[in-house]
Amino acid sequence: MRMRLSPSWYGASMQIEPEEIQLKVNGKLHLVRVDSSTPLLYVLRNNLELNGPKFGCGLSQCGACAVILSGRAVRSCVIPVGDVKNLEITTLEGLGSSENPGPLQRAFIEEQAAQCGYCMNGMIMRAKVLLDSNPAPTDAEIKRALNGNLCRCGSHLRIVRAVRRASVGKS
Amino acid sequence: MKRRKFLQSAGTLTIGFCWWGSSFLPPFAGENKVDSSPQAASLDSWMAIGSNGIVTVLTSKVDVGTGVLTALSQVVAEELDVAFHRIRMVTGDTDHTIDQSQTSGSRTLHKAGPQLRQAAAAARRELVRRASSRLGLPPENLTVEDGIVSGPGGKSGSVSYWELIGNKRFDLTMTAAGTGENLQLASDVPPKNPKVYKIVGTSIPRIDLPAKFCGEFMYTQDMRVPGMLHGRVIRPNHPISLPTGVDEGSIRDIPGVIAVVRKGSFVGVVATTEWSAVQAAANLKVTWSEPTIKLPANADAAFAYLRDTKSFHDQAVADKGGMQWGPTSAQQASTFQATYRWPFQMHGMIGPSCAVADVGPKTACVWTGSQGIFRTRRAVADLLGFAERDVRIVYVEGSGCYGRMCPDDAAEDAAVLSRAVGKPVRVQWMRQDEHIWEPKGSAQLLSVRARVDGQGKILAWDFMDRYHPYTAGVDNRLLAARQIGMEQTGPGALGHGFNYGKAGGGDLYGFEQQRIILAAIPWIQNDLTPLRTCNLRAPGTVARTFASECFIDEIAAHLATDPVQYRLSLPVNDSRTQDVLKAAAVKAGWMTRPSPSPLSGESTAHGRGVACSNREGTMVAAIAEIDVDKKTGKISVRRITVAQDCGMIANPDGVKNQIEGNVLQGISRALFEEVQFDESGLRSTDWGSYRTLGFEDLSEVEILLINRPELGFLGVGEAAVIPIPAAIANALFDATGIRLRDAPLTPERVKSALPS
Repeated sequence: MRMRLSPSWYGASMQIEPEEIQLKVNGKLHLVRVDSSTPLLYVLRNNLELNGPKFGCGLSQCGACAVILSGRAVRSCVIPVGDVKNLEITTLEGLGSSENPGPLQRAFIEEQAAQCGYCMNGMIMRAKVLLDSNPAPTDAEIKRALNGNLCRCGSHLRIVRAVRRASVGKS
Repeated sequence: MKRRKFLQSAGTLTIGFCWWGSSFLPPFAGENKVDSSPQAASLDSWMAIGSNGIVTVLTSKVDVGTGVLTALSQVVAEELDVAFHRIRMVTGDTDHTIDQSQTSGSRTLHKAGPQLRQAAAAARRELVRRASSRLGLPPENLTVEDGIVSGPGGKSGSVSYWELIGNKRFDLTMTAAGTGENLQLASDVPPKNPKVYKIVGTSIPRIDLPAKFCGEFMYTQDMRVPGMLHGRVIRPNHPISLPTGVDEGSIRDIPGVIAVVRKGSFVGVVATTEWSAVQAAANLKVTWSEPTIKLPANADAAFAYLRDTKSFHDQAVADKGGMQWGPTSAQQASTFQATYRWPFQMHGMIGPSCAVADVGPKTACVWTGSQGIFRTRRAVADLLGFAERDVRIVYVEGSGCYGRMCPDDAAEDAAVLSRAVGKPVRVQWMRQDEHIWEPKGSAQLLSVRARVDGQGKILAWDFMDRYHPYTAGVDNRLLAARQIGMEQTGPGALGHGFNYGKAGGGDLYGFEQQRIILAAIPWIQNDLTPLRTCNLRAPGTVARTFASECFIDEIAAHLATDPVQYRLSLPVNDSRTQDVLKAAAVKAGWMTRPSPSPLSGESTAHGRGVACSNREGTMVAAIAEIDVDKKTGKISVRRITVAQDCGMIANPDGVKNQIEGNVLQGISRALFEEVQFDESGLRSTDWGSYRTLGFEDLSEVEILLINRPELGFLGVGEAAVIPIPAAIANALFDATGIRLRDAPLTPERVKSALPS
């Protein structure tokens, strides 16, 4: 079931003092000085200069901002950074690089599974979590898992093929 | 210019994270090697060859996510006789690339393909000439393979491009005639015969995708400039009025707010961090005056306005043979008539608009996803009061845009804020900003009338499309410019310019008496309102095809004739239409029989429908197979079969990728998409209130490509979307006998039309 939230208009929190927050991202420790209400997305992008997670809506509706937090795909655009101190965060960069792509990224490359590619962070992170718990999903399971992620270019069919390709027994 | 100097010295830095599609010049082609005022006739303005074996190509055409740069790289590699992997593209930089007209209209391969091909051909001829001198052999005896020029038999020596010219200028003048997309280069150099192509026509993987899948690709949204601040613009959800009260005290507790910027009705905030900017924009108390104009109360009111308002221009796509509607000859003739309605729809970019501007005292640089960088440069220069030559626009790819980024609101917003604070400012539109203020695809009211004889021959065809011309198109002043007080100059908004494509109103067919009129309806509401309009993928054509191809089917049904056979009996202006129709029918296993289907399930009905299109030479026939849930009215598209003829195919997988995307968007627009509004503003303000196709709505897509190299490259980016809604509506009729003439074909509409 796709999440269709009404906008709560970014939960107007009047800021207090920024604080030092320790984050564990892609296996590395970082110390950032931000207001603890700052959405994790902005901290990852602006403080740690990670381009993987993308701003798509800020409303938890599209999934472009997905990161993996303690084994689950979560929407970093609505998670205050103060809530994720010391938790394991994995971003797209943590799955592999273009020189050395991870298996899922390789499957996406082989299927040429994108047009503009802007939604791909969300797709790949969500697919990673799916395959970690269900290594050989059916197409219906793949579609159900990804249904909360939006793609406007219409790359859905290739995305399903890519996830299928990366699943056990298929590559 | 201070900023440019920075960029050139930072060339080696930036190359590391965006060598692909970047407008940052490669380090080996330094300041003195690449022209800073490029000339169309100068080969050096198009190409630089490095001693490291890399060929840099400069073009103002940009990739908006369609893979077009991969295809253009194939064209250059082929003509130059170098391996594909040697090509690097520098795209969309007003300082360093020649204006080839904006990237739109599916004309990139069609127009820029030959331009780059000819530049490459001129380069190859020059390099072979130099090799000929070097080797002491006549040029006609030389062959080139991957940049190595050799004499016959492999015994007469060889020399590479990199040795001949690496890191040096060509200093060669080509013939150049015309401008923009009509620029003809090096017309005296014969290009290769397509029969010997080895690279063009193959499915080379896209060069940008690995970086995109690994978080390494730099989109506009990832652009960072040292010292950059963050800006947001505050606009109401109603037609722009005056901010009578701006309470800066309401955000005094948000740290890092640098400025509240006000000019005319423009209200923006600038802060040191993005989160501060977001919070400041969300919390700043702005009181807007009552707008002087209102939106229509609902869609019915918008269509009534289209119906009742006099057009200011009637564009005749066809007007021949006169029209005879009264009783005439002995032939038994009936008149058919129908009206169709197409709603306002959105581009709905998944990555909302973004731009970074750095405005100095006399010069400015803006990084943006604009498809029309030279247009954006004019607009930003006008806005700032600078000369065009003192403004640089650098293209950085945004998300897929489907026409949205031809104008560029974000660039102008960023320019206003940067000038106000004297520092680079990044503006990122929020989701609601994008949904509310993106220019929409216009609503269209379409009426068709035809006179048909007893044998099914269409004697006369009369089609009218009533639509609103662009008010946020390439010739228009956009939001920021208007809000700071500049007058509107764009013809559509002033009621004397028109633009909504041409095809789709029945021009596929060559009826003896045929009139197709596109009527531009003026509408003051769309200048500074959320219903402002601009080009949306296959502008005007999707809706017109919905009307004309549904109408053809209505006639066929009345005649109890199979829809494919009926179309094949009609005169067509290009026989390739019939080729794609037959090819699609065979591939889909189309069974010849009239609609509606004689079979009908208890709870689920099945149906199939066909539609065709021809947009600027690209022919598409689409067949939709659907299920209809009779209890809920829900349409599930099971399979779409597409046959497409787009002339010469540069990259078959690239074309298929585009077709899939076009088809899925077509399904989305046919079944779900409609901008909701009332007098006070938009109701479609986020994804929750504007439904688009998701993983739960997928259809199979079967594609058959017809390759016709003799026609050259024709458009791909917005061809296959066109016939999809009509094919689905025709399938709905086939399944249920219901004819819906209002898009989208929602379950509510289907259900209320189904017999209970």
